[in-house]
Amino acid sequence: MQAIAEKIKAKALELLENGTVNRVLGWEDGEMPYDRTPAVFTKDELAELKYDHFCGANLSKYLIAETKKDGKVLALLKPCDTYSFNQLIKEHRINRDNVYVLGIPCRGKVDVRKLRARGIEGILSIEDDGTTITVHTLYGDETCPREEALLERCLCCKGKEHKAFDEVIADDKPYVEPGHDRFEMVDKLQAMSSEERFAFWQGELSKCIRCNACRNVCPACSCLSCVFDNANSGVSSKANVDPFEEQMFHIVRAYHVAGRCTDCGECSRVCPQGIPLHLLNRKFIKDVDTFYGEYQPGEDTDSRGPLTNFTKGDVEPSIVYGGDK
Amino acid sequence: MQKIGVFVCWCGSNIAATVDVKAVAEAVKSEPGVVFATDYQYMCSEGGQARIRDAIKEYGLTGIVVCSCSPRMHEATFRKTAESAGLNPYMVEIANVREQCSWIHRDMPEATEKAIILAKAAIAKLHLNAPLKAGESPVVKRALVIGGGIAGLQTAIDIADAGYEVDIVEKTPTIGGKMAQLDKTFPTLDCAACILTPKMVEAAQHEKIHLYTYSEVESVKGFVGNFTVNIRKKARFVDETKCTGCGVCMTKCPSKKAKSEFNLGLSNRTAIYIPFAQAIPNVPVIDPESCIKMKTDKCGICSMNCAAGAIDYKQEDQIITQQYGAIVAATGFNPISLDKYDEFAYNQSPDVITSLELERLMNAAGPTKGVLLRPSDNEHPKTIVFVQCVGSRDTTDCGKPYCSKICCMYTAKHAMMIREKYPDTDVHVFYIDVRTPGKNFDEFYRRAVEQYGVDYIKGMVGKVVPHDGKLLVQGSDLISNEQVKIDADLVVLAAAIEPDKSARPLATMLTASMDTNDFFTEAHPKLRPVESPTAGVFLSGVCQGPKDIPETVSQAGAAAAKVIGLLAKDRLVSNPCVANSNELLCNGCSTCEKVCPFGAIEYIDKEVNDHGKREVRRIALVNEAVCQGCGACTVACPSGAMDLKGFSNRQIMAEVDAICKL
Repeated sequence: MQAIAEKIKAKALELLENGTVNRVLGWEDGEMPYDRTPAVFTKDELAELKYDHFCGANLSKYLIAETKKDGKVLALLKPCDTYSFNQLIKEHRINRDNVYVLGIPCRGKVDVRKLRARGIEGILSIEDDGTTITVHTLYGDETCPREEALLERCLCCKGKEHKAFDEVIADDKPYVEPGHDRFEMVDKLQAMSSEERFAFWQGELSKCIRCNACRNVCPACSCLSCVFDNANSGVSSKANVDPFEEQMFHIVRAYHVAGRCTDCGECSRVCPQGIPLHLLNRKFIKDVDTFYGEYQPGEDTDSRGPLTNFTKGDVEPSIVYGGDK
Repeated sequence: MQKIGVFVCWCGSNIAATVDVKAVAEAVKSEPGVVFATDYQYMCSEGGQARIRDAIKEYGLTGIVVCSCSPRMHEATFRKTAESAGLNPYMVEIANVREQCSWIHRDMPEATEKAIILAKAAIAKLHLNAPLKAGESPVVKRALVIGGGIAGLQTAIDIADAGYEVDIVEKTPTIGGKMAQLDKTFPTLDCAACILTPKMVEAAQHEKIHLYTYSEVESVKGFVGNFTVNIRKKARFVDETKCTGCGVCMTKCPSKKAKSEFNLGLSNRTAIYIPFAQAIPNVPVIDPESCIKMKTDKCGICSMNCAAGAIDYKQEDQIITQQYGAIVAATGFNPISLDKYDEFAYNQSPDVITSLELERLMNAAGPTKGVLLRPSDNEHPKTIVFVQCVGSRDTTDCGKPYCSKICCMYTAKHAMMIREKYPDTDVHVFYIDVRTPGKNFDEFYRRAVEQYGVDYIKGMVGKVVPHDGKLLVQGSDLISNEQVKIDADLVVLAAAIEPDKSARPLATMLTASMDTNDFFTEAHPKLRPVESPTAGVFLSGVCQGPKDIPETVSQAGAAAAKVIGLLAKDRLVSNPCVANSNELLCNGCSTCEKVCPFGAIEYIDKEVNDHGKREVRRIALVNEAVCQGCGACTVACPSGAMDLKGFSNRQIMAEVDAICKL
């Protein structure tokens, strides 16, 4: 990974020096060594740019603000980030002329919560040989099977291909990701009785503290003014003392991103309470795939999403409900 | 604060028998803003409306809620009532306590509770109503008729006679439709061509009618008074402006093996052909599937022999865009496929035919020049069995649940004509019921039985087996309660009729609704039988339901009258309940533009002042003349920028809240 990070820096420097871009959107150190935070770098600040197993944050959404500014920004996008990028282009939220996309390789990102759950503390850095992860900590090295340390979304990796780029830095040694079935848990939830399912979601959603991290990180939640902040919308936040409000917040949010969610998994990654929010989105994704044919938002910039398109072959509601015709 | 009056209608006993109307009026009196509530036997009556007008004046009402039938029935009535008392008509809300309450409940306390909830929801919505003003939209004085059969022709002629331009789009190479294929017509037995061709000529020569034959509707946009339609004029490969209709090309064409569609495959035609002698336009069309030149590039005989130089093998489809104020669907019917009726051996024996095929075999211009010869050996059939209701009134998967309506009469006609021309022929008709309600219809059928000695057998045929040049027909006679076996030479099946396959995609384009059998649905089955629920779309002929020629012609005239009534208006009052976009909330994402079925939304770059922050943003703009207020955009808009006047998100939420509070 060190070599890849160096290549990225070299390419960024080249693009800054030849005037293609005037700044770089990447990741810097956060409070902890494993808190990689999105940041914009000038040429002089480039030494602070980091790229490693902790750079899970999807940078696409930052381009809404960045591409409104003068001059071109260099965006470092991992393969899965490019889906969100395309979706935002499709929704006219990013000015494509003001961004230079450098597709960068990804070998899976680590879920620090999973490491912590194994009792690993004082995390400093990571080494990954493709099967085992070695965690360097303040208290010495620890190891962990790779499959047990990666973010859930990486276990269901969409692939290593960039769907949007101006230039790509190729991976000379790409890892094969585990390829878990992303609908496994959705299927389990569907198989539950409605009481069991309600209890599951009540348990999860009652943890919500309404910090809005999921909404703020979500590339599909790009409204200038969110309906939850708009008193006239009829769904604006009322009191978060009411558990119903939290549940409605997440369900309404899932409806709002349905058909547009690329399944980037940022909502679950950033949730401080560890709520598996991506499962709500995946239920919608599964339904859309079932009823309208498989569709991956962000695969391109010009197709019509199934929920905003009408075709003569669309299912009739009675099919959805299992009627005769 | 609004001053609201609530008026609870009994609708005679329609509502009052199941809903305690007095309790409803009493219960809503304590709702905020309600200053008056009453009940009355018929709110829509003059007396009921007078009560509403009086209350508006006496209590200075700012809005009214009428608890009555569906707004589709009387919303317009009560809006006019309110307007006549000086209230804005859009300060009226209807709580549907009939269709959505009294008609679907039996238990009075339960129904009453629900009626109160519905009334409270309407009151909650009314609190957020604002006066609205209707706009106007112009009417394009031109009609489109889709289908050039007798239904479409009659509608077009009637509209054109009233002085309006009409275009007919017909998908086959000629107008005329199914009626052109018929031999004689019941109950008068005049020849179909003799009465149809003058209509065809009249339409073709009418200065107000324009024919697009061999053409199909490609797309429809717009709304009542202002539709934009793309018509695909398929390549004929013959230039209509040059062709003189001399027919030399057809006599010279070496490709003679194609099945004649007009004769239902009972004869062959050339690759370049006109469907029948009286076809309009009298311009041939080349079928690329059988044209040797098109397939191998080695022929060109028609082109060499065409003195007018009209043949153009490179001709391409043309798209014609035209504006219309009204559209009439007259897409007609076809007999169903009999593939699923193996028991009648239709696919095993050429001597088992459909009634429409028999029409061709009896027609002087048909494959046998009108001499009844059976297809297998060209012999006169001596024993003929007719089977009625093949696929009609059939609730299995094979057939149609409805009665095709025309079969009883044409079967009687066929049987009678065969007995008239060939008295030595035995004719048997198997039937479930004989249905002859129509002027001179039963007399006609009686004539077949009594005067012509047609043997009517009540019962169904179980099996037809081709054997040794004969068709062994086994059926049951329910009246004498015995099995019947007949050695027949020819079996004629009265196949059910179904809407033409082009109707469903057309309905989708027109956003017109259909029933489960793909017949177009009327706006009201009794009171608006020739209008589709989609404004500006009208129905003519069998596309709306099975009917015979006299009924089709009457309905075609009725549809024309409705179209003329629309086209006679210069402007239509448009619905003020249209969408509008809040430019400060709009993200410019284009979602609403994609879901708008009317193309009413466009995006513009506009400088906005967002609380002191000035910036140019891409925002949605609704064309209010085009918007039909369907609300698709409001639910698709992620930010809530799009809202619908008269049905705002807040109003809907207020209704939901009012319902959930109880």
